[in-house]
Amino acid sequence: MDAYLFIDFGSTFTKLTLVDIEKEEVIATEKSYTTVETDVTIGYENALKKLNQKVSGDYNIVKKLACSSAAGGLKIIAIGLVPELTAEAAKRAALGAGAKVIKTYSFKLNSSELEEIKNSNADIILLAGGTDGGNCDTIIHNAKMIEKFSISIPVVVAGNKSSNDEIKEIFGEKVEYYITENVMPNLNHINVDPARETIRNIFMKKIVHAKGMENVEKSISGILMPTPAAVLKAAEALSMGSRDEEGIGDLAVIDIGGATTDVHSIAEGAPSKPGVVLRGLEEPFAKRTVEGDLGMRYSAMSVFEAAGIKKMKKYLKYDDLDIEAEFKNRYTNTSYVADDEKEIDFDEAMAKVCADISMKRHAGVVEAIYSPMGMMYAQEGKDLMELPYILGTGGVIVNSKNPKEILQAAVFTMEDPTSLKPRRPKFLLDKNYILSAMGLLTTIDPNMAVRMLKKYIVEI
Amino acid sequence: MEKKKVVLGVIGSDCHAVGNKILDYSLTDAGFEVINIGVLSPQEDFINAAIETNADAILVSSLYGHGEIDCRGMREKCEEAGLKDILLYVGGNIVVGKQDWNEVKQRFLDMGFDRVYPPGTPVEEGIRDLKEDLNITE
Ligand code: B12
Repeated sequence: MDAYLFIDFGSTFTKLTLVDIEKEEVIATEKSYTTVETDVTIGYENALKKLNQKVSGDYNIVKKLACSSAAGGLKIIAIGLVPELTAEAAKRAALGAGAKVIKTYSFKLNSSELEEIKNSNADIILLAGGTDGGNCDTIIHNAKMIEKFSISIPVVVAGNKSSNDEIKEIFGEKVEYYITENVMPNLNHINVDPARETIRNIFMKKIVHAKGMENVEKSISGILMPTPAAVLKAAEALSMGSRDEEGIGDLAVIDIGGATTDVHSIAEGAPSKPGVVLRGLEEPFAKRTVEGDLGMRYSAMSVFEAAGIKKMKKYLKYDDLDIEAEFKNRYTNTSYVADDEKEIDFDEAMAKVCADISMKRHAGVVEAIYSPMGMMYAQEGKDLMELPYILGTGGVIVNSKNPKEILQAAVFTMEDPTSLKPRRPKFLLDKNYILSAMGLLTTIDPNMAVRMLKKYIVEI
Repeated sequence: MEKKKVVLGVIGSDCHAVGNKILDYSLTDAGFEVINIGVLSPQEDFINAAIETNADAILVSSLYGHGEIDCRGMREKCEEAGLKDILLYVGGNIVVGKQDWNEVKQRFLDMGFDRVYPPGTPVEEGIRDLKEDLNITE
C-alpha cells in the first residue's frame, strides 16, 4: 500500500499522520516528545517506531512532508509606516504566514530600535511602508538603517513598489532580501498573500536548517511551513474547496495550545445587517489572530489575569478550588496532565476562557451612532454573527469529552453586546487531530485534502 | 504626468454619504487619484491615509453641523504627522443653521484650512481651485 507520512514538529509533541493514498484514509496517528535540544530526529524516530507497531502490514511511503513550530516557531518583526495601516497590514501578513510577530515598528526607525532588532532573535524582517506610488521616504530610510546596522536577518520587502529599485541598490550584496508585492497596494485594499508565500519559501529553504533540524531534513522530503500556516491552509481548503471539490463555506478555527490560542476565520465578514457602515482596515479573507496570553500551560498566569476569578467561576462546575493556585500549578509545571474530574473541569474552564476571549478579540465590533433619525452603526473588523461553523482543534479540545461545551464559550452573549461573535454556529471537531497534516496534503493533492477533511472533520 | 492625489472623506460621526460619492466621481473624472475614506471618518484616518499615499490635498466634508468641533486641531495634527504643506479644504454644511458666512469662513481659515466652501458649492468650483493650488495646467 502506498502512503503519505505527515509530520508536525510541535513545541511539545512530534505528531505523525499516516495516510493511505488510495483509500484516502488515515491509517494511524502517533506522537512522541519533540527533542529539539538534542536532535529532533530522535523524537521523530520514537514516534515512527510506535507508529509501526500500530500498523499491520507493509506500507510504502511515497512522500514525507513536515510542518514545524518547534524551537519557538517562526519569529517575525513587522515594520510599516502608520501603525494602523501598513504596519498593521504587515503584521497580518506575518500572522497569516504562521509566524509569531515578536514586535511591530512604525515610522522612521531610530538607532536604538535598530539595536533592538539586531539583538532580537527574529528569523525574518517584513519591511513595508507606503501604498504603491505613495510615501517612499520612510521605507527607504528604514532600508538604509537596516543596511547601516548590518542586520543579518533576511528581509522581505513588501512596501511601495516605487521604492523597490532604490532599496535594491541600498541592500546590494550586504543584506539578504526578497522583494514581493506591497501588503497594502492602495489604502482600501490589503494584499497579504504574496508576502505570506514569500515568507513560507524562506522558512522552507533557510530557517528550518538552523534549528536542530538539519539531520531530520535528510530523512524527509521537506519541512514546508510553520504549523499554524498548515492549519490555516487546511481551514481554507475545507471552507473554499478545491478545483474539483466543493468546500463547506465560511468557518472559524479555534486552536487552543499550551502557550497561545489561535483563531483563523475564513470569511469575508461583511455586515450582516443593513445600515451598517464599515470602518478601519480591510480584513484578510483568511485571517489568523494569535493570542500570546491565552494558553493552557505556559500562559496559564496570563489567562488568570485576562479572565479574573469571575469569568473562571462562570465556567467552573466545582467552586471549592483555589483558583489562583490551580493556575500557578499549571504555569510552573507545564507538562502537567489533569487526571481527576475536578482537574479536568478546571482545564476545560480555562479552555472556555481562551475560546471566549480569543473569539472576542478576533471578531469585529459594532458601535452605535445616535442621531435624531434613529441609530446608525459603524462596524470595525469582521462580522461573524451569521458564521455557520466553528471548528475546534488543539489538545484540550480534541481530548475533551465535552468539546462542544468548550467551543460554545466562543459564541455571542449579551455580556459583550457590541461584539460580532458568531451567534448560532454549528460545531465541528478535528477529532483525529489531522488539520496540520491536511494543510500539508493541500500542497500535493488539494482535491484529496478537501475530501479527507470532509470525511474526518465531524460535526458535534 | 503623474496624477495628483486627494484624500476625501466625511468627518466625525457624520454619515451623509451622497455628496461624498458625487465628489469621488467628479474628482476622479477630473483626473485626480481619489483616496476615499468614506463617511464617519475621524481626523486621524484622513491624516494616516495622506501619509501612506503621499497625498497632495485633503478634502473634508461635513454635513451634519458639527464641522467646527470635528475639524479643530486638524492642521496642527497634520504638522505633527509631517504633512507640512498639504492642502486642506472643507465644505458641505459645515456649521449649524444660518450664521454669517464670512465669519464662519474666517474661523475655518484661522484653523488652518486653505479653502472653505459654503453650502451648495458646486463640485466644479472645488476642482478649479485644486488645479490652481496644485499648479495643474491643461
Ligand atoms: C439625505 C439626508 C440625510 C440622510 C443621509 C443618508 C445618507 N447616509 O447619506 C439621513 C436621514 C441619514 C440624515 C441624517 C441626519 N441629518 Co441629514 N440631510 C439629508 C439631506 C436631506 C440631503 C443630503 C444630501 O444627500 N444632499 C445631496 C448631496 C449631493 O449634497 P451635499 O451632501 O451637500 O454635498 C455636496 C456639496 O455640499 C459639496 N460638498 C460637500 N462637501 C464638500 C467638501 C468640499 C471641499 C467641497 C469643495 C464641496 C463639498 O459637494 C457635494 C456634491 O455636490 C440634507 C438636506 C439637504 N437638502 O442638503 C440633510 C441635512 C444635511 N441633514 C441635517 C441633519 C441635522 C441631520 C441629522 C443630524 C438629523 C436630522 N435632523 O435629520 C442626521 C445626522 C446623522 C449623522 N450622524 O450624520 C441638516 C444639517 C444641518 C446643518 N448642518 O446645519 C440638513 C442640512 C437638513 C436641514 N436643513 O436641517 N440626513
